[in-house]
Amino acid sequence: MDTRTTSSLLYLNGVTVSFDGFRALNNLSLAVEPGEMRAIIGPNGAGKTTMMDVVTGKTRPDDGDVFFDGSFDLTRLDEAGIADLGIGRKFQKPTVFEMHTVEDNILLALKNDRRVRATLTWRESAEEMRRIDRILETIRLTPLRERIAGGLSHGQKQWLEIGMLLAQEPKLLLVDEPVAGMTDAETRQTVELLKEINRDRTVVVVEHDMAFVRDLDVKVTCLHEGSVLAEGTIDQVSTNERVVEVYLGR
Amino acid sequence: MITGHLLRSLDRGAWIFLILVLGVAAAVPFLNLLLPPSSPYHVPIYLVSLFGKYVCYALLALSIDLIWGYCGILSLGHGAFFALGGYAMGMYLMRQIGTRGVYAHPILPDFMVFLNWPELPVYWYGFQHFPYALLMVVLVPGVLAFVFGWFAFRSRVTGVYLSIITQALTFALMLGFFRNNFGFGGNNGLTDFKDILGFNVQAPGTRNALFAISCIALALAFIICRMIITSKFGKVLVAIRDAENRARFLGYRVESYKLFVFTLSACMAGVAGALYVPQVGIINPSEFAPANSIEAVIWVAVGGRGTLTGAVLGAILVNYGKTTFTTGLLAPYWLFVLGGLFVAVTLLLPRGIVGTIQHWREERRARAAGDKPVPAEPAPRPAE
Repeated sequence: MDTRTTSSLLYLNGVTVSFDGFRALNNLSLAVEPGEMRAIIGPNGAGKTTMMDVVTGKTRPDDGDVFFDGSFDLTRLDEAGIADLGIGRKFQKPTVFEMHTVEDNILLALKNDRRVRATLTWRESAEEMRRIDRILETIRLTPLRERIAGGLSHGQKQWLEIGMLLAQEPKLLLVDEPVAGMTDAETRQTVELLKEINRDRTVVVVEHDMAFVRDLDVKVTCLHEGSVLAEGTIDQVSTNERVVEVYLGR
Repeated sequence: MITGHLLRSLDRGAWIFLILVLGVAAAVPFLNLLLPPSSPYHVPIYLVSLFGKYVCYALLALSIDLIWGYCGILSLGHGAFFALGGYAMGMYLMRQIGTRGVYAHPILPDFMVFLNWPELPVYWYGFQHFPYALLMVVLVPGVLAFVFGWFAFRSRVTGVYLSIITQALTFALMLGFFRNNFGFGGNNGLTDFKDILGFNVQAPGTRNALFAISCIALALAFIICRMIITSKFGKVLVAIRDAENRARFLGYRVESYKLFVFTLSACMAGVAGALYVPQVGIINPSEFAPANSIEAVIWVAVGGRGTLTGAVLGAILVNYGKTTFTTGLLAPYWLFVLGGLFVAVTLLLPRGIVGTIQHWREERRARAAGDKPVPAEPAPRPAE
């Protein structure tokens, strides 16, 4: 199936989602290029999380196209199918498997056959252990590998979840408010971590924290009432009159 | 490779459990058949069948623990699968009666003659063959669970909603089986069995054999459950229990996992029912009563969900309590005791007996290792 329509990795065109008459997304169009890191900002209710829901298959759009890698129509796939294509998602609230060890959390996330039969007959392999080791190293949780994930601190859970996304080896990573509730030091480390990840993956970050977005130093898209209000560098966007208006109120 | 995994799946507790179950399987028949009735260690035959009943309940509890304890699916209708397995076995036993029935009809069971049925309904065909009946014992509950689960899990029905529709399922089946024209003996059910595979079901030898077979079935089911929960599949189940959305966005088709384990669990419940019927000598629609299914969930909660051995222990303890309390002076209060037990366990012992003991052990080990204390289980979500 080679019907590539766009060079973008993620391509949204005219996407509309309504909940009981409320338009969470209103004719939203957005393109993310391969290898890019994009920050998405916007006031509460701008449609940031709904956009992620549409991309990951949690919400079906009423109208519009969502294409991944130019040829996969994401509106036709379910969450598992979309994850299999290589789209990873980090939730706003850190969501890990609390009763599993740190190591098992990563193991469950490792890119692998996800079908029932495959997990029933799965055997531990040295190659997988090496991959787990590498990821634990990246997210700085190696000393805690045997720990039950439920006992980690908030920031550690955020990293573990990011580690799980890395283990998935996605082409595109959607990260929802990664630094919410983090200390300044943790926030700085998270910026580094995301930049490191961006070396071989495309990343879309949704964030409220302007200082953090500034530190990321990437192209910014500002959403408002379900569509794009402004796009550009952080300086361009933050000096845009309409953006200022929306953020500060008129 | 299978043997390797089998051995790895059994920890010390599992071995102790298996040795105990198989030990009982050998000891009880020995004490019944070989010791003279005058001996203080002699086990009377009525107790053999009573214990056999407990073991069948334990198997039912194990099947519930597999889905509830490890995948968070609270079925309040598992008694339906148990009863269906029981009916399949009952149908075989009915066909074995032959001309020894009251009406001495060579083919039709008594209740059909009584209701003036001209011939055997098609769905009774084949049940005179034991292997076919055995197949149905597993297949009927399995297929029902598969179809039911396929719709429920695909539509993402979870939590209390799922519990309620499982309850409705068993209630609907109960109403159906109560009807005479359903062809399963109406409210009398199936009874007056004569023999199984040519052995008299009343004979001590047969009853002891049934008891031992029930124990072996319990041991096998336990091994299967252990192999499941120690595999990566089992880790995915627990992941689904604790963070279903995370599992979904990692690419696991949650519904397939639930469907597989739910169907397997229903098959186990069916086997439990099939072993139960020849030992108690009757199967009737009251086995579908929603209260039975709820009681089975209580056994698991008392013993400790998500522990397997706890489910077995809970089933045996609660039923032993039931036997004690429903005879004699305390008989009118049994339901209060049962209700009180559930409330008490939920409030005071949310991990159940075995769960609490395991938690103590882990805490002590963690303290010895200088770790932070083991975190409390994420707020128990009994409705899922």
